[in-house]
Amino acid sequence: MKYIDEYRDPIKVKHLLDEIATTITQPRVLMEICGGQTHSFLHHGLDDMLPQELDLVHGPGCPVCVTPLEQIDRALAIANQPNVIFTSYGDMLRVPGTRENLFAIRARGGNVKVVYSPLEAVDLAANNPDKQVVFFAIGFETTAPPNAMAILQAKQRGLKNFSVLVSHVRVPPAMKALLSSTNNRVQGFLAAGHVCAVMGYHEYIAIAREYRVPIVVTGFEPVDLLRGILAAIRQLESGKAEVENAYERAVTFHGNQLAQETIQSVFMPVDRKWRGIGLIPMSGWGLRPEFEDFDAEARFAVGEIVTQESPLCIAGEILLGLKVPPQCSAYGKQCSPQTPLGAPMVSSEGACSAYYQYHGK
Amino acid sequence: MCLGIPGKITEIYERNDFLMGKIDFSGVIKEICLAYVPEAKVGDYALVHVGFAISLMDEDEATETLKLIRDLVDFSEEFGDQ
Repeated sequence: MKYIDEYRDPIKVKHLLDEIATTITQPRVLMEICGGQTHSFLHHGLDDMLPQELDLVHGPGCPVCVTPLEQIDRALAIANQPNVIFTSYGDMLRVPGTRENLFAIRARGGNVKVVYSPLEAVDLAANNPDKQVVFFAIGFETTAPPNAMAILQAKQRGLKNFSVLVSHVRVPPAMKALLSSTNNRVQGFLAAGHVCAVMGYHEYIAIAREYRVPIVVTGFEPVDLLRGILAAIRQLESGKAEVENAYERAVTFHGNQLAQETIQSVFMPVDRKWRGIGLIPMSGWGLRPEFEDFDAEARFAVGEIVTQESPLCIAGEILLGLKVPPQCSAYGKQCSPQTPLGAPMVSSEGACSAYYQYHGK
Repeated sequence: MCLGIPGKITEIYERNDFLMGKIDFSGVIKEICLAYVPEAKVGDYALVHVGFAISLMDEDEATETLKLIRDLVDFSEEFGDQ
């Protein structure tokens, strides 16, 4: 496949690895924000090939991992109601709530459907006028434009039986929260390439300057990932802290402005709690008042939500890059992809599932 | 969810007043919303997330990237020979 195969070429990978090894002169800590990149590093075995001086820590960029437990329990309560078709991206189904998950509701005969695109949920609403169709609108800046467009389309089609349970999060406030933390070790970031394809990378300039960290926009294939690392290491070695784009074929400085305008027309910045991490001010998007008719939280009264996390799970420390999965006492024992205690063991973007899949127990 | 993949646009049309298209992912054809890339043409490669094209691949930039890496490879091979 064009734009993929040439970025997996072993010769290019080897040369980039050699170049990284000759450039790095002392221990350095880089964080890849995006869980998709974590999986790509481990899937291609790059983590074992990088020099020992480089400590690559995994960031919070796993959408289902950071969706707050309250919101998952609320989703479960709505999905349990009669006459509801609850729709979600597939990754969310096995994420544990306090008592169960969406998959368990579906196994009991509940109407929980996986959609690939949020427009499928809109079509479901149009085709089932006697049912309430709810879409779980989660994710970072990559899913916000599709989810916003689904809401606009439902409005345009006059659908009264469509609503969304919103739990959107944004990358830049999370980076600032990480860098402001007293136990921060991160010296440079690989910025999530696809988030930047939507948002551009102008927002990162102030962060790089304020916190003195290199930020390199990075893609997902082995060559892309290693180019991102090399650029960040070169900056650290020469004392620079700038924003650089190492994913030029997909990302421009301003990003997709049409997508940004659509996000702004449907959503507005709100405080958001991140599962395992806590509240980060203005780190999320919520529905604008003019779209309140589509707000599933207002449409369905589900009573008080009382949450309880697993006492064994250290997902918060994993998501902050403070620990790696094998340092968790439950990893591979009480917690596995078959019996997950926390979301990072479930998700295709979660660090725990990446370690379990590619490094075993 | 953020792991978008590039595919080749094979068809462009409207559905429910929204710009849609067919995209070929190495033989798997899917219907994709093209509303965010209205400049797309048949034959372009688009980066697709959850059923939406969010950016078009820039062929010139891709060629430039591969040239940069080739230069790195050439340089180190030449250096290694000396």
